[in-house]
Amino acid sequence: MEWETVIGLETHVELATRTKIFCACSTKFGAPPNTQCCPVCMGMPGTLPVLNEKVVEYAVRTGLALNCEITKYNRFDRKNYFYPDLPKGYQTSQLYLPVARNGAVRIELENGREKDIGISEMHMEEDAGKLIHEPENGCTKVDYNRCGVPLIEIVTQPDFRDGEEVVAYLEELQSILQYLEVSDCKLQEGSLRCDVNLSVRPVGSAQLGSRTEMKNLGSFRAVRRAVAYESQRQIAVLESGGAVLQETRRWDEDRNKSVSMRAKENARDYRYFPEPDLPPLRLDEAYLELLRQQPELAGEKRRRYRQEYGLPAYDADMLTGQKALAEFFEETVARGADPKTASNWILGQVLRQLSQRNLEAKDMTLLPRTLARIIELVERGEINRNTGVQVFDGVFDGGDPEEYIKVNGLRQVSDPEQITRAVETVLKQNPGPVAEFRAGKEKSFGFLVGQTMRNLGGKGDSKQVNVILRNRLSEP
Amino acid sequence: MSALLDLTVLELGRAIRKGEVSPVEAVRAALAVAGDGCGGAFISLDAEEVVKRAKALENGAKKIENPLFGVPMALKDNICFTGLPTTCASEMLKNFRPPYDAYVVERLNNAGAICLGKTNMDEFGMGSTGETSVFGPVVNPWSPDRVAGGSSAGSAAAVSRGGCWYALGSDTGGSVRLPAAFCGLTGIKPTYGTVSRCGLVAYASSFDQIGPLSRDAADCAAVLDVIQGHDCRDSTSLPGAYGYLLAGLTGDIRGMRIGMPVQSFGDELDPEVRARVSEVADVLRNRGAVVEECELPALEYAVSAYYVMACAQAGSNLARYDGVRYGHRAPGCANPEELHMQSRTQGFGAEVKRRILLGTFVLSAGYYDDYYRKALMAREQIKQEFSRLLERYDLLLTPVAPGPAPRLGESLNDPKRMYLSDIYTVCANLTGLPALSMPCGFHSCGVPVGVQLTGPALGEDKVLNAAHAYQQETDWHRRRPECFGKGGTDRWSGRR
Repeated sequence: MEWETVIGLETHVELATRTKIFCACSTKFGAPPNTQCCPVCMGMPGTLPVLNEKVVEYAVRTGLALNCEITKYNRFDRKNYFYPDLPKGYQTSQLYLPVARNGAVRIELENGREKDIGISEMHMEEDAGKLIHEPENGCTKVDYNRCGVPLIEIVTQPDFRDGEEVVAYLEELQSILQYLEVSDCKLQEGSLRCDVNLSVRPVGSAQLGSRTEMKNLGSFRAVRRAVAYESQRQIAVLESGGAVLQETRRWDEDRNKSVSMRAKENARDYRYFPEPDLPPLRLDEAYLELLRQQPELAGEKRRRYRQEYGLPAYDADMLTGQKALAEFFEETVARGADPKTASNWILGQVLRQLSQRNLEAKDMTLLPRTLARIIELVERGEINRNTGVQVFDGVFDGGDPEEYIKVNGLRQVSDPEQITRAVETVLKQNPGPVAEFRAGKEKSFGFLVGQTMRNLGGKGDSKQVNVILRNRLSEP
Repeated sequence: MSALLDLTVLELGRAIRKGEVSPVEAVRAALAVAGDGCGGAFISLDAEEVVKRAKALENGAKKIENPLFGVPMALKDNICFTGLPTTCASEMLKNFRPPYDAYVVERLNNAGAICLGKTNMDEFGMGSTGETSVFGPVVNPWSPDRVAGGSSAGSAAAVSRGGCWYALGSDTGGSVRLPAAFCGLTGIKPTYGTVSRCGLVAYASSFDQIGPLSRDAADCAAVLDVIQGHDCRDSTSLPGAYGYLLAGLTGDIRGMRIGMPVQSFGDELDPEVRARVSEVADVLRNRGAVVEECELPALEYAVSAYYVMACAQAGSNLARYDGVRYGHRAPGCANPEELHMQSRTQGFGAEVKRRILLGTFVLSAGYYDDYYRKALMAREQIKQEFSRLLERYDLLLTPVAPGPAPRLGESLNDPKRMYLSDIYTVCANLTGLPALSMPCGFHSCGVPVGVQLTGPALGEDKVLNAAHAYQQETDWHRRRPECFGKGGTDRWSGRR
């Protein structure tokens, strides 16, 4: 039988607000345990939550970017369960009236195919603390620093059919969140976490199969592998006449398999009810209008780069991969550089420099106007392209290109007399190659050009060198 | 000494500001009663610290022009105060000392008030009789075999006995008004959101509200003037509540329209209580008010709706007591589940457990719609009936409780009967409206009877003014129990 895999995703995203969702504690990652908590996030008796408005703003902006309907009358609900990392014994979340609903994200797949993934809802909630197990002394410690760090949970429709689609969606989501600057989206720091709901069914069936929820997916690679594994596992169960148990499973990356965590009948009863400590949150049209003025996202930029600048898809994808890179590109173009030339420089030289220094685009100090200037100098023939690269490397950390050219004597030689003198010298010194060329060996021409450029200290105007050399060789 | 104790807050405050009485004298007079058993009214007090604070106020460079300046008071033991433990009368928090003051404590400190000690209460505020405390019950000052009323039992008994001039209680379903009625005091639950809950240990967040218990309406007004106001740390705090109440107490209630819902005078009502409350109507009529009967059919849903919502919220609010960070921690547990279970089993009393279980049940999968949502709907209906009535009337006049203070021990094994005794008080919590309880005579069994006035949202001025007019005509609020101001043998065994 032919099987179809059906996948839905629940993604938790840590918002990059400075302070926590219900108190003024810092959200900074990596501080020593229990140094970023106060009576409120520790759930001390008599303390009350006060909603951080920045969290609402970030959540609404994300909801708008995911093309959701924004809920104007919001409420928080309590999700009740006991766990030592949950100081209040409940998590303040949103069940009945989530901040955003009914959205969609367009993903692009390998073969250029596009697909819309439905977003069923997105809500705001607080993170819990972290248990630190110390098996060596049989003890478990609790770090409450993460308690109250704001999260949004984004729940998709069961629209995915394979791991490739899931990863494409996660990448698109990551790009959107980074462009909005609402989250750092670092998987290793846990600021983006996803659970995969997966079931299989015979191709053509309209009914969904019994599904499992997969947790502990720490990387895109893990997501891809877990989806493949779980899909195969369920098909094997069904083909051997068994039934898939509705359960929560845990992905074990080291063993490359999933293991059962909790069966459905042991599922927690969260006893949700409206949070009485927070009044309903009303968002008016003026507020939403303000937030609708969003920065252009990667998808829109990609389309625009292709249409407006005529860039190939590869260039558009690469440039928009990092928001800072796209912005650098746009500013370089705004300063007069030809888009394709600028793109070549950025994807070639800028990325080379960044990878050599292990930097991200947002951390570089090179100014767009510096690159635009170098491109202009090459265009005008004041330096040749190779010298341009030399200048680029010289001023990558700062400096004026023209100053650099002057100090290092890199100005291009375009004086025909000087080039002719150099050509004469080279011809005299290399009778062999000259004879070979004249006998029809075109390859020797390149050698002679190289020698001439070398004679000119690499600064020769390559076009003129070519013309003068060819003319001279065609003479008897 | 006794003469000093007999003064009202306003009278004592005036005498202190004039220099006729020193804060230290006042403190010593109160300590002679409060520090001496006081019918189980206090859980903790620190006599030395209190005298120090009184001396500091006395010698302070700037005298604070506030009626509460230098007047000793007491705090219900669910209001956080850095000076003493905040136990909620529970084994769970027996040794919990909060590192912060409640908002109301900050306000009182700024006004120059002196906190004498923390008063006994039903465990976590759960009880209508003052008997569920781990420290033992509070006895009624008027009749030692009867309860003081709960849950702010100690606050009421302390003031009634002369252990302090006023006290703060908290009112979730009648916890200020019921003990005020049973002990012959005036107590008010303000409009929800006018007094910050910051630093009040939560029982049922939607209903909890701090309110004063004192001898008359004027004293209540003076205390509310200090503790009310917007607090950005409580998201349910209303922006800018009402103006100064004390200044508005004219006693002029001519033309005021007062409704008496017939449903509040049903068969469950003790005939003597009915008679006393009816007499209040006559007094108010004599002062020029128009009092007439009206209808409040939704009253029959009030107790059920209240207990469903209150227990559900309580179950959630009390989930934080898990033995991990503070409070009682069961020794020798092998894993977190056992630690949670044992700490809670050992730390909570029977009534608290009963309400947590009820609350857990009504929110369980599949029951939310049957219980919580229904309760929300009932609450909405009650709210609407009240707001319709309060379009026609300035105030509503009802009993506080269906009968006089029950005998000690009578209610503990009959929780349903105890819950039903809250029928007249829970409405103000369900609706958020301000409601006051004041003494209006005595029952033949020897304990005071209270009457309740409920006003529109932020209508504290009307409520207090009507009470003030009544108290100008009557002297029930000036009656003192036999034990008043008497120090006994040194039976005090708590923290000093």
